[in-house]
Amino acid sequence: MGMTMTQKILAAHAGLDKVKAGQLIMADLDLVLGNDITSPVAIKEFRKIGVKEVFDKSKVAIVPDHFTPNKDIKSAEQCKFIREFARDKEIENFFEVGEMGIEHALIPEKGLVVSGDVVIGADSHTCTYGALGAFSTGVGSTDMAAGMAIGKAWFKVPEAMKIVLNGSLPKWVSGKDVILHIIGMIGVDGALYQSMEYTGPGVASLSMDDRFTIANMAIEAGAKNGIFEVDEKTIEYMKEHSTKEYAIYKADEDAEYTRVIEIDLSTLRPTVAFPHLPENTRTIDEVGDIPIDQVVIGSCTNGRIEDLRVAAKILKGNKVKKGVRTIIFPATQKIYLQAMKEGLLEIFIEAGAAVSTPTCGPCLGGHMGILAAGERAVATTNRNFVGRMGHPESEVYLASPAVAAASAVTGKISSPEEVVK
Amino acid sequence: MMKGTVIKYGDNIDTDVIIPARYLNTSNIEELAAHCMEDLDKDFVNKVKPGDIMVAGKNFGCGSSREHAPAVIKASGIACVIAETFARIFYRNAINIGLPIMECPEAAKDIEDGDEVSVDIYTGVITNITKGKTYQGTPFPEFMQDIMKAGGLINYVKEKGE
Ligand code: SF4
Repeated sequence: MGMTMTQKILAAHAGLDKVKAGQLIMADLDLVLGNDITSPVAIKEFRKIGVKEVFDKSKVAIVPDHFTPNKDIKSAEQCKFIREFARDKEIENFFEVGEMGIEHALIPEKGLVVSGDVVIGADSHTCTYGALGAFSTGVGSTDMAAGMAIGKAWFKVPEAMKIVLNGSLPKWVSGKDVILHIIGMIGVDGALYQSMEYTGPGVASLSMDDRFTIANMAIEAGAKNGIFEVDEKTIEYMKEHSTKEYAIYKADEDAEYTRVIEIDLSTLRPTVAFPHLPENTRTIDEVGDIPIDQVVIGSCTNGRIEDLRVAAKILKGNKVKKGVRTIIFPATQKIYLQAMKEGLLEIFIEAGAAVSTPTCGPCLGGHMGILAAGERAVATTNRNFVGRMGHPESEVYLASPAVAAASAVTGKISSPEEVVK
Repeated sequence: MMKGTVIKYGDNIDTDVIIPARYLNTSNIEELAAHCMEDLDKDFVNKVKPGDIMVAGKNFGCGSSREHAPAVIKASGIACVIAETFARIFYRNAINIGLPIMECPEAAKDIEDGDEVSVDIYTGVITNITKGKTYQGTPFPEFMQDIMKAGGLINYVKEKGE
């Protein structure tokens, strides 16, 4: 029996010729990541282990992004705590306000992950880097602590589902719609414990930003990781961003899958996930009349330059509907700068949107755009659980940047086709 | 072997309701435990007693990787969580911090709020004392039992290192 992409990467990092689903292995890590919520816990655990140094100063990354720029004294204390640790342990990849970004946009941009890597991060959306053909998964703080100490982590080798993409996306349909469509189809536990492996001729038509968005939400289907086959676009991206050596793994012809899903990209429509689960999806044509109070464009799912370009196309020459607070978060400083150079920020501000420095802020109901009871938001983020963006009686509708921008203009959940004729 | 009274919840209990992110500007678990399950069940912190057993449906602990979630459940006194299935990060976090958990769809469906239940995490046998029934859950593989016995991953790594 052959191996899947994920299984091959894990075998190589466990020093084994072969692994099979269900097997427990110890694998070497190429990167260990944490943020300002999970790192404080990890650092306390790390100290209990009693080692003096981290296993490799260049293979640990810490990015305070959730409550930064620090929203209050407690979060400032947490960040101070991790800053001192990073300084003391000489962590090379510690990124402060001013140079930081949302971790999952920042890490690939800094070239810290390439295909064939094994990455753990004490943040569930660490699965984002599967877009690059890496095995990358979210873990907890204790795993992060052990990873920092010994450079290894335990894994149960996952089964996989194969997602074959065909065709290419229609206008105004993007990676977000692809992943929402899939989650709507398989459910929030549809890929529990499994890898979602993307392959097929349609992959080539997807931009890297689309692939990051799709891999990012693997966790919303319960998956261990999402991973794309490496192609020319991936290699081009890696060459542009990284000097690290990469390895390319392809699934064996006879690899085993729990299921195979075929998707014709050209048939997809803009898709929205209704509260309070990402699986509650409807196409834009089935949405009905849903007035909104807030629009959030950004996050590790959709805060990249292409996302901002699409939003700008729709907002250009339009005004945000009176009463709809529209907040746009470029995911990293580099994206922010690029958006500025391209004139996108000007379009946003002229349309009546607020543009924020990179932060996770509202995505997790932290700060910078919290909802009151009974309020509704359309967000390009990845979770719409109860209380996710604020009051337990508020509602979050997940959508693409195109739908979010169009909704900002009309004041209700809308198709981009309604706004840009 | 542990024995306790059941507090029962439904499917897809996510980490945002177990411990809302708005409180995570601290990592002090005792402080956080006061908000455990708050957005779903405001009464939880008042009714939970040390040794109680939490039972839930499928995909328990989905959402974020915050280890604060199993940690606050443990700190609130819950001795064991039984669910139809667990979200995978929650599953590994629970093992790593030493919160006993058990997958058993049959038990998760059958056990009701308030039942008296005993659990043997090493054999996977769950006994519903109130209903006079037993269920076979999935026991931990040996490797995870070792982590549990060591009292969590940190001790396990320490022991291995020495
Ligand atoms: S943007 Fe949202 S989902 Fe992404 S890392 Fe930040 S809080 Fe998590």
